[in-house]
Amino acid sequence: MKNNLLDLSNPEKFHENLDIKGIDKNTLINMLKSMILIRKTEQQLASSRKEGLIGGPVHLGAGQEAIAVGISELLQSSDRVFGAHRSHSHLLALNPDFYKLFAEVLGKETGFSKGMGGSMHLFDQESGFYGSVPIVSGTVPLAVGAAMAARMQETNDIGVAYIGDGAVEEGVVHESFNLSKVHNAPVLFVIENNLFASHMHISLRQPSDMISRFATANNIPYKLLDGNDVCAIYNAAKEQITEMRNGAGPRLIELVTYRHYGHVDWRDDVDVGVARSLDDIENWKARDPISRLSKSMIINEIWTIDEEEIYTKELDALIAESWNKAMSDKYPNMNSTLEYVYAKSNNKTK
Amino acid sequence: MMKKYNYGTAILSGFEYLLEEYPEVFVIGQGLWSPWYVGNSMTDLDKKFGVERIIDTPVSESACTGAAVGASLAGMKPIVVHPRMDFMIYAMDAVVNQAAKWSHMLGGQAHPGLTIRSIINRGGEQGAQHSQALHAWFAHVPGLRVVMPTTVADARDLLIASVLSPDPVMFIDDRWLYDQEDELPAIEEISLIDQKPNISIEGDDITIVSCGHTSLLSRDAANMLESNNISAEVIDVRVLNPFFADDIVSSVRKTRNLLVVDCGTLTAGFSAEIIAKVVENVPNDCLANKPKRLALPDAPAPTSRVLEKDYYIQSEDIVVEVKRILNK
Repeated sequence: MKNNLLDLSNPEKFHENLDIKGIDKNTLINMLKSMILIRKTEQQLASSRKEGLIGGPVHLGAGQEAIAVGISELLQSSDRVFGAHRSHSHLLALNPDFYKLFAEVLGKETGFSKGMGGSMHLFDQESGFYGSVPIVSGTVPLAVGAAMAARMQETNDIGVAYIGDGAVEEGVVHESFNLSKVHNAPVLFVIENNLFASHMHISLRQPSDMISRFATANNIPYKLLDGNDVCAIYNAAKEQITEMRNGAGPRLIELVTYRHYGHVDWRDDVDVGVARSLDDIENWKARDPISRLSKSMIINEIWTIDEEEIYTKELDALIAESWNKAMSDKYPNMNSTLEYVYAKSNNKTK
Repeated sequence: MMKKYNYGTAILSGFEYLLEEYPEVFVIGQGLWSPWYVGNSMTDLDKKFGVERIIDTPVSESACTGAAVGASLAGMKPIVVHPRMDFMIYAMDAVVNQAAKWSHMLGGQAHPGLTIRSIINRGGEQGAQHSQALHAWFAHVPGLRVVMPTTVADARDLLIASVLSPDPVMFIDDRWLYDQEDELPAIEEISLIDQKPNISIEGDDITIVSCGHTSLLSRDAANMLESNNISAEVIDVRVLNPFFADDIVSSVRKTRNLLVVDCGTLTAGFSAEIIAKVVENVPNDCLANKPKRLALPDAPAPTSRVLEKDYYIQSEDIVVEVKRILNK
């Protein structure tokens, strides 16, 4: 495999503080709090899954929070965001209601998908989260179509497709790149390149580790960045999204990152991961998107250790309370299995 | 006022009605700017409604169908056109995993209300990959409504009902039906969920159930059987999923004989579902003779003309089979 990512994929690089200049204080604080909230929510899910309290698989994205948070800070609720199997962060960055996520993961009727979806099928259209599903790349053409619809509806909304490095090995992603370009669909392809598809390192799957080569092939303007630098992500995506809201077609942003947990559930997966070592994980944890932003803000005196302690303490209490509430919530009615197959309403008639 | 249509222009009038009345309707698929692909069923729609709403596409069945699913989630009413069903197999994920499942797995909150028009287009020595009738596959998918119009009226009215349905619909028409002509009244919107199998010819001696093109053959066969003093009741299924068999069961209770004719292949075909529903729901002593199926052989469509002619069902085959069942 050709290492076109160079230092971007090297966990020993990019440990320094972030360049926070040009981003206002409130935005920075929002982004930091959002990343911490997502991290702590997923830590709760990891430990509860380990304890056996969650029946189904959870694909955790701890370590990758900067991507969803940096992008979502720029979105409006009428945008159309589509995720995949590892989408807790994509949803929580738009709607931080971890209680509804807990309820959903536990299969309770109070969850985001009324307990019908679990961790892998999430829905919150009011915040712009159109849906996530675990068929790899399944939602990519959907995001293109939702973006085409935005143009037909004469809005400045955009579509967002979160795509892993493994998903570009699916043919439909290339059809989607092509279709979006030919029809000038305002869709942002967000490539979360965490170097792994399940257990397989990208070197065993592709001739190059740089996914944005496919943007070049389709004449789609792209940016390639450190995926653990929320400020760089925010700035780059801001430029791309502004262009799209002003009539430009698709854009691609490739963000190089790493997940702290294995493919699924709470384990490290160093035993099943090919080319995944504890050293790498530790190094990547040092390239952490949260602590890097926090430190940079503290040095620039727009955030303090005390403020962070107070925030996390309150958050911990809320998470514990929400988890317990979700645990005691009701399961869906027994007739739900048949009830939701088709829409309840009749034909639309004039 | 009644107006004359054939099956293709009836579909065309359905498209025109939908595009005129509903700004959220658009059409996407291959060949839409070159309508010879789809007979006379889409002529000049691009000129009349503009290329922004009549979208010809790259050769990407999968992405185009997926895009239509996404557009429908965003409030549009897309119609995807697959001029040949065989090529649509590339789009199975969008149809089966996405369109059919989003309502259920997201708690009834997302409704991919797209219509997929796929066309059975066969004969003429086109062979195995230009011939398939795969309606049974799709009828096996909960959440996907499957519609097969046989008559000129249904071609227009079920298309409109499909597009107006909030659920994903697979609308399957058959090029061998396009020559039919009929006079139709002005359009009146009907609700897809109210549509049931239709008794197209009433009779007493045997019930013949079929869908799509084979319903046309069954009607011809029933007319031939009349001169043999056999009174056949012909039922056109129309909507394969969700499948309502009550009227078919009632008919068999009356005739006590059943032949199912299907334009798909035999094994695990839709014909099996019809027989199963009937056998499960009639009294033990109801059937005077064993129910029978007439379907395509369990083989891909051959190209050579002699093999091809033998492969497809003719009305005469239905006549022979009915006589065999009734020992006449």
